[in-house]
Amino acid sequence: MLSFILRRIVATLPVMAIVALFVFSLLYIAPGDPAVVIAGDQASPEDVERIRQSLGLDRPFLIQFGGWVWRILHGDLGTSIFTNLPVSAMIGQRLGPTLSLMIVTLLLTIAVAVPLGVVAAWKAGSLIDRVIMGFAVFGFSLPVFVVGYMLAYIFALELEWLPVQGYTPLSSGFWPWLENLILPAIALGCVYIALVARITRAAMLEVLQQDYIRTAKAKGLGQGGILFIHALKNAAVPIVTVIGIGIALLIGGAVVTESVFAIPGLGRLTIDAILRRDYPVIQGIVLLFSFVYVLVNLMIDVIYTLVDPRIRY
Amino acid sequence: MSEELLKIDDLHVAFSTRRGMVEAVRGVTLSVEKGEMLGLVGESGSGKSVTGFATTRLLDTAGRVTGGKILFRGQDVTKLRGDDLRHLQGAAMSMIFQNPRAALNPIRAIGLQIADAILTHKKISKEAARAEALDLLRAVQIRDPEARMNAYPHELSGGMCQRVMIAIAISCNPALLIADEPTTGLDVTTQKVAMDLLADIAAARGMATILITHDLGLAARYCRRIAVMERGRIVEEARPKALFSAPRHAYTRRLVAASPTATSRIEDLVAEEDRERHTAVNGKPRPEPAHGTPPLLEVRKLAKRFDQGSAAVADFSMTMAGGEAVGLVGESGSGKSTTSRMICRLIDPSEGDIVFDGHSIGHVASRDFHRSPLRKDIQMVFQDPNESLNPRFTAYDCIAHPLLRLDGMRAGEALRQRVEECAERVGLPRDLLPRFPHQLSGGQKARVGIARAIACRPRLLVLDEPTAALDVSVQAVVLQLLDRLRRENDIALLFVSHDLNVVRMLCDRTIVLRNGGIVEQGESRALFDNPKTDYTRKLVEAIPHIETGEMLASAL
Repeated sequence: MLSFILRRIVATLPVMAIVALFVFSLLYIAPGDPAVVIAGDQASPEDVERIRQSLGLDRPFLIQFGGWVWRILHGDLGTSIFTNLPVSAMIGQRLGPTLSLMIVTLLLTIAVAVPLGVVAAWKAGSLIDRVIMGFAVFGFSLPVFVVGYMLAYIFALELEWLPVQGYTPLSSGFWPWLENLILPAIALGCVYIALVARITRAAMLEVLQQDYIRTAKAKGLGQGGILFIHALKNAAVPIVTVIGIGIALLIGGAVVTESVFAIPGLGRLTIDAILRRDYPVIQGIVLLFSFVYVLVNLMIDVIYTLVDPRIRY
Repeated sequence: MSEELLKIDDLHVAFSTRRGMVEAVRGVTLSVEKGEMLGLVGESGSGKSVTGFATTRLLDTAGRVTGGKILFRGQDVTKLRGDDLRHLQGAAMSMIFQNPRAALNPIRAIGLQIADAILTHKKISKEAARAEALDLLRAVQIRDPEARMNAYPHELSGGMCQRVMIAIAISCNPALLIADEPTTGLDVTTQKVAMDLLADIAAARGMATILITHDLGLAARYCRRIAVMERGRIVEEARPKALFSAPRHAYTRRLVAASPTATSRIEDLVAEEDRERHTAVNGKPRPEPAHGTPPLLEVRKLAKRFDQGSAAVADFSMTMAGGEAVGLVGESGSGKSTTSRMICRLIDPSEGDIVFDGHSIGHVASRDFHRSPLRKDIQMVFQDPNESLNPRFTAYDCIAHPLLRLDGMRAGEALRQRVEECAERVGLPRDLLPRFPHQLSGGQKARVGIARAIACRPRLLVLDEPTAALDVSVQAVVLQLLDRLRRENDIALLFVSHDLNVVRMLCDRTIVLRNGGIVEQGESRALFDNPKTDYTRKLVEAIPHIETGEMLASAL
């Protein structure tokens, strides 16, 4: 098992290297000269040249890339062109809210979508099934910001059950932390819940037709035992896969959700950095998200082997 | 012992389909006594399995009991609900299914799967249930039961999986066991061991058993009473001896005739009233090949090794003359399918050579062989007609495809004529040609598969268990068709099968394979009547023969 994980980690190294090269090339692919941008509108050509030299932008591409990778490996993501703060510190500050939002959304999705999908498959063709799948289509078709503003209007402004926007760190207590995340998590999770519920239903329908489910019935097992012990675990591989792919969706959705609910997270930082052409920050964020995604994929592979003994490691 | 355990009274079961309600069982009445083994025999679609599922209340959601009663110990099973039903399922009544590997949860250790059944019905601790599961594994004679407790189904052979299924079924000492095709898909030798075990356990524990099977021979060997079903009704019920010697119903007569026995000939497989149209062809003897004719196929020291591990096939040599029929028999894993695929040039041999009509083809890579002019001379008929036809191709497309690819024909009138001629040769009605596979019956699909294979007029046809998935009556017709094609068109047949009775009828010579090597070969009848090796003898003895005094007498 351990050697399997190690081998998988080694296998992700080339992926990370290609991601790093791509992220670094952003500077060259993107329109606009960063030196000109930093120097500002009033700068003379001499100022631009000085800035270019101080940033090392005049040196050959590969040397710049090598130096950049070397610094990253030492934990140095560079310095923001705009704020002059280290990028790693800026990201560190914003990481908490985004991570909180994503984890709450993920848990909410699994807790809601999987049981919904199981029930829909169990009662396939019935009214319950049609209602659940109807909601799923609805969830797919609503953009995050629409759901977000609707939820904020109903539950925060009208009913006053939950705060409208903002973020409280976990260090100031569990409920204040969670209270601020419920509405954003629902808004962000909508598409995700719809997706996972549909896949769960499809995977369960497939499994429920298998012979071993009939065997379980013949043994006299109760409905719960059949659905959750025998069927759900067999249906787990596609469900886990789509939950993993969904994390990429969450990263995209978090940017919008954080804007709607004024959460000071990485999404906001990303938007600000893009608008200011703050390349070191953009690079840092993209690199971090890629790393998270590679990590999630690794975890999915490990979960596969735990769920299905036929998948060898 | 005439205590009635189960009484099915005028049972009707219907399925709701897109085309409305379809009656699968129409008025079945039968009874099972305590400790008795009853055979329920019929072909696919006869409603025998549906009757079993209705009794154990495992019908698909689309199926419904629309009439009649199923009385188990005087209680109507069809009216049970909730907990009463669960006390019945697995505890008082249990079921064994066809295809044991699929019937076990692939990702749950088998020990747990047995314990599940025990824990559902007995209030005991998990440890006690585990201990009982271990005892059950011993009872079904699984070697090294302690280690097997933690094994998963994919780590066990088909026969072992069926033993696990039996262990699950008997775990709560049911009064009635329904075995639905328990040995279909297993090797003959495994089949015998599994059935013997089941019969012994049933006798030792006083369980009544309903053996649902399409195999009359199997039912005759283990049951004292056999009920024959056709299209949802029981047409005849009798002791095996009476059933075989004096079948009363026309359907039973057809079924008995179609079941191959140790003595039957191909022309015997169809009941007397349908026989005339075949005799004309079969009467014509096959001309002996002239002396000194080079063989059509010569295989020299063929071997195949897969990635790692030992050889799947080693040192296999044989020759075949044009128009000859050779049988290749052996248990699963004996290398017979691998050998046939190498000869067909679908996979590459590791060593040795294949010479076809004087041309060495063993060294042509299998992925390039489709360009060889000999491709159309060697064709294959695959095991499962359901799986080996493209579901998006009509029967016409399927037969036309090799003609377009290999015979260089173009779409048009000439192609249409060729396809229709092929269909006619295999007895496939012309109006079925535009249909897709799912709109055809099993026998019709088998004919499409054969028509496709003979479309380019091959000289060698390799058949991999072509009738294994078919009902006996359909098998009889397909076998007659193959025999006729061989005689009319001089096609050589390499027939891979585990059914020795079929091989004996169809093939002049037989080769027995075991663990990738030839154990014995020779003229079919002589080989089966006087096997020289223990292995062949074991294979021959394992076939469920229909042995009744009258039959033996008539054979002499």
